[in-house]
Amino acid sequence: MNDVQTPQQDETATFGGAISMQTLTPRPPFTEAVAEKPIAISARNVSAWYGSKLAVSGISMEIYKNSVTALIGPSGCGKSTYIRCFNRMHEFAPNARVEGTVLVDGADIYESGVDPARVRQRIGMVFQKPNPFPTMSIAENVAAGLRFMGVRSKSEIGDRVEASLKAAALWDEVKDDLKKPGSALSGGQQQRLCIARAIAVEPEVVLMDEPCSALDPVATLKIEDLMRGLAERYTIIIVTHNMQQAARVSDHTAFLLMGDDGAGHLVEYRPTADIFTNPREKRTEDYITGRFG
Amino acid sequence: MSSFQHSLVLARTEQLYRRRKLVNRLMTAAMLVAVGLAVVPLFLILFYLLREGLPGLSLDLFTEDPNRPGRAGGGVHNALVGSGIMVGLSLLIGVPVAIGTGVFLSEFGQNRWGGFVRFIIEVMAGIPSITIGLFVYGLVVVNQGHFSAIAGALALAIILVPIVARITEEMLLLVPRSLREASYALGAPRWRTVLQIVLPTALPGIITGVMLGLSRIAGEAAPLLFTSLGNQFYSTDLNSAMDSLPTRIFTYATGPYDYWHEQAWAMSFILVGIILIISLSVRALFGSRVTVRQ
Repeated sequence: MNDVQTPQQDETATFGGAISMQTLTPRPPFTEAVAEKPIAISARNVSAWYGSKLAVSGISMEIYKNSVTALIGPSGCGKSTYIRCFNRMHEFAPNARVEGTVLVDGADIYESGVDPARVRQRIGMVFQKPNPFPTMSIAENVAAGLRFMGVRSKSEIGDRVEASLKAAALWDEVKDDLKKPGSALSGGQQQRLCIARAIAVEPEVVLMDEPCSALDPVATLKIEDLMRGLAERYTIIIVTHNMQQAARVSDHTAFLLMGDDGAGHLVEYRPTADIFTNPREKRTEDYITGRFG
Repeated sequence: MSSFQHSLVLARTEQLYRRRKLVNRLMTAAMLVAVGLAVVPLFLILFYLLREGLPGLSLDLFTEDPNRPGRAGGGVHNALVGSGIMVGLSLLIGVPVAIGTGVFLSEFGQNRWGGFVRFIIEVMAGIPSITIGLFVYGLVVVNQGHFSAIAGALALAIILVPIVARITEEMLLLVPRSLREASYALGAPRWRTVLQIVLPTALPGIITGVMLGLSRIAGEAAPLLFTSLGNQFYSTDLNSAMDSLPTRIFTYATGPYDYWHEQAWAMSFILVGIILIISLSVRALFGSRVTVRQ
């Protein structure tokens, strides 16, 4: 999948360094003319704690609409924690705390009075391990989010289930087994079922937390293909520790690293083609060339 | 390393290997003995029940009420119905309370308040059933001025609640965190997640817990002695004394007539049989897994 390289190459000129950068050693952010591209999520100075332990240290990022953004970095660098701040899933951890603002379509999701459940309907999530609901059939799994939203019409649910399964490239494999339990599928199919479940509620953004790390290479490739297609309708943010995967699927890549304070910092965030061919930071280069991590 | 040293090492390894094999065999044997000690009495009880209970079994036992004492024949129809009513009523009272408590403990009880409730539940589970009977006697029977089936059912429910609540909590905690996360990530509020995802996933385990509680209370005589008392006659009036299998077994087993003893054995056999049948059919309906669905 070399198509990542070609279309992005031209953008590099207008795009390079356009995104605010936060580094291990704070430096004044430099800005160039920001390319005209709609922004889905604008995270400003987001920090996250587990109890008194700082896990993410003031990371700012703008996520572009209808694109795939990858977060890479070694284990423990806070990438998963960071994206969990985007749909307020972080606060389920005991004593978890978030600071900073996360603007979705210009509105802060951490403002008081905002219902986290509503936020999560707009920003879906796919987890590391496929987690279909074991008590539900394939169709019920996909429909779960719609039911939570209060959709009752059977025909509407049926249509959405079919459309979502098609979008998740699973329809042909399960269309005759919609009543079978979701847990009866293979790992890769289960993960695509989870993707179908996430997109059934028509979210704006889909967060994917290492969605392929529990899958075999063939299933991984299928999901990567899927992601490129999904990006036409949704904004995808993927956490991965697999750099090749980031290079294959993403338009933009952010490299995170654990700082001396034990918390995750953003080292570099640029178009994927740039970060892999011409990293600006020494640490990024060391990481992507496999010198550590 | 010389070849001499090498052979020494080999010999030592061989010696170690033999010793481990021996220890392994001894341990396996010890465990088999333990299993035997645990299981043999169970089979002895069942065997004894069969031997002593079968001769007394008859259709009359199920359809007839007791004759006046001393006149052989008759049945325990009133005790069967009474047990059914009181156990059923105590399930109606106890199971919702117990499941509610279990849900509270697992979903909202990871704090001091939850710890307190957990402590209370444990203490309740440890209270002798006769004490619970006395408690309900003081609370209900004395105030009502007479024995009643409701008092009996209440006493049974108090025994049931801690058993089912603890198992419910354990089963809910077994539901993987990833399933709750999946539900939250779909925009489900907490109560929906608990009701529609967590509880159904843990249902087979919770039902096993209810079965365990049911088997326990169905055989309780002590808490009924002061509450529903027992009744020579057929009664479905919840507000008056009611017969039950355990209290009737108690009366007959300690009574003077041979046909009473025979009927007591038969009733014990019926009691065990009914519990077995209920457990097996519920398992067949809801799946055999004791724990949560994976």
